[in-house]
Amino acid sequence: MTMPTGHSDATNALTPPGTGWRSASDGATPSPATRTQSPVLLRVEGLRKRFSVRTGLCSKAYVSAVDNVSFTVEAGTTLGIVGETGCGKSTTARLVLGLIEPDAGSVAFEGVDVQTLTGPRRKTVRRNMQMVFQDPYSALNPRMSIGESIAFPLRVHGYSKAEQRERIEILLQQVGLHSQHASYYPHQMSGGQRQRVNIARALALEPRLVIADEAVSALDKSVQAQVLNLLTDLQERLQLTYIFISHDLNVVQYMSDRVLVMYLGQIVEHCTPEALYAAPLHPYTKALLASIPDVNPDQPPAAPLEGELPSPLSPPSGCRFRTRCAAAMPVCAAARPPMLQERPGHFVACHLYGPSAPAGTDEGHIPLTNH
Amino acid sequence: MVAMVQVPAAVPATPDTGAVAPRSYLAEVRTRFLHNRAGMIAVSALVLLAVAALVAPLLSPYDPLIGNATRRLLPIGSAGHPLGTDEQGRDMLTRLLYGGRLSLLTGMLPVIVSTVIGTVIGATAGYLGGPVGAVLMRTMDMLYAFPAIMLAIAISASLGPGVTNSVLAISMVFIAPISRVAEAATRRVIFLEYIEAARLSGASTACILRSQVLPNIFNPIFVYASGLIGLSIVIASGLSFLGMGARPPVPEWGFMLNSLRGAIYVQPWVAALPGFLIFVTSMSCNMMSDALRDALDIKDA
Repeated sequence: MTMPTGHSDATNALTPPGTGWRSASDGATPSPATRTQSPVLLRVEGLRKRFSVRTGLCSKAYVSAVDNVSFTVEAGTTLGIVGETGCGKSTTARLVLGLIEPDAGSVAFEGVDVQTLTGPRRKTVRRNMQMVFQDPYSALNPRMSIGESIAFPLRVHGYSKAEQRERIEILLQQVGLHSQHASYYPHQMSGGQRQRVNIARALALEPRLVIADEAVSALDKSVQAQVLNLLTDLQERLQLTYIFISHDLNVVQYMSDRVLVMYLGQIVEHCTPEALYAAPLHPYTKALLASIPDVNPDQPPAAPLEGELPSPLSPPSGCRFRTRCAAAMPVCAAARPPMLQERPGHFVACHLYGPSAPAGTDEGHIPLTNH
Repeated sequence: MVAMVQVPAAVPATPDTGAVAPRSYLAEVRTRFLHNRAGMIAVSALVLLAVAALVAPLLSPYDPLIGNATRRLLPIGSAGHPLGTDEQGRDMLTRLLYGGRLSLLTGMLPVIVSTVIGTVIGATAGYLGGPVGAVLMRTMDMLYAFPAIMLAIAISASLGPGVTNSVLAISMVFIAPISRVAEAATRRVIFLEYIEAARLSGASTACILRSQVLPNIFNPIFVYASGLIGLSIVIASGLSFLGMGARPPVPEWGFMLNSLRGAIYVQPWVAALPGFLIFVTSMSCNMMSDALRDALDIKDA
């Protein structure tokens, strides 16, 4: 997919001239000087979540949705998370935001463990983490006008009517809509417009961290590009930190500074998007990359990933990918591969690498590659 | 293929503002409701009955409680008594007009009371789920297990006769079905992303229920409740027919139907009049609720 160039100019042109941007850095956010050091904004460690599923009258089974997920996000950067549907991307997002309580692990925002906070302190930290939702249709209350939807978080935090009105106008302009749109209802708007409203609402409380969960998946390709450009544009203006979740590798590559690849609730690879494309290490990542349709019609289609995603009710022992992995070895069933730094800044959880690597193997010998 | 790739570049990033006239949801619903002929006839009939009941003293020169023993059971169309007289010589038109006061009240009031209580119970149970929701809803199921009229009679009998008690009894009968409608509607809504968005903003449960859940579950509840008005009148009439509602000589359609039972062979048309009004009211309520459902169902998106 080719991203249009000159897009940000076009997006800027949507904003009426002379708009007073209220930057997210008003007040507490770090100055550009501290930003260059890229302090860790969010640190997630050992996050684990199981959901119980009723399988019979008295029997229960557990779905391991997220298993031992750790990562950090530096201020002002974008972390991309990719993986198939059901790999735990959205659950991870909801655990980070506190919409779901984790079974284990910690989420620290600016060094403060969010779970230990209660009452108003919790509310203050939480308002710094907001989310852009996947479905532009169900993310907006159909009985509330656009203005009411955007103002709702402000109302909750006790802003006056006048402040709310002022903020609605600024936010609508920031996301490239007219202030008259405040009186519209969701069913009167297009998918792209709704997603802009969705973004405006996420920005209402001037958050530091915005999690976009499949934020453009439901949109047409051309509208996708507009919304992605809007997001990058807003990131620059408001010094936002993003966690960008998608199943679309192209979109994640375009947006991210670092990429996490998830499979069945676990992180299998963690690197820069350039490294992910140029030299993927994990067999799953290679399979994912191979599945991207090529624009070159002469290129033979890649061999598809074989087999079904195993049931998360009984994930495979050891490495969870081994049932579909062409390079699977006996050790893969026995032990869970540790996350190792194979190259500088490039982490992978696979037995093909590190101490358990079979003699004489490097990534060149692994089948599935077409790069 | 190559051309497709270039599409995003070719499309200028215009603000995707359609030329949609901003029209509020309620304005849309009102227009659609006003254009529904059956609905408007039903509403007119109900308004006519209610207004007539309120201004009854202006419409009729007779006292609804005092009869003339020499002019008993006159047929419809008698001089001075267009709808005849009852078994005590009281003017039927007057009694029907005055009777509308109690009958419409016992039709509306229980529905309003039970809608408020049932919605609170159902929405709370649906939103909280878990043990709290289970306890609330299983209690409702127990109430629901009894046939409506049996439960109303049982409650009414234990509270004693009287209009207030019959209103209370009917309210309690309706709480269970309304709370079930509210619970089902709530459970459909709470998994939608805008509820998560509201939770992210730090809003309290009560605030989310009031501002996010309630407006979205109100349609099915309102439609269901407006259909109950007719049933409520029928049950209230039944209770007073059994002597547990309004006490004589105060006119009430159900009780009038009961007391005119003996005259059914002498003046069948006069005796059927209160029943006819009960029928008209309950039909109108059902037609109004159908029209409302059509009007509200714009496209739930």
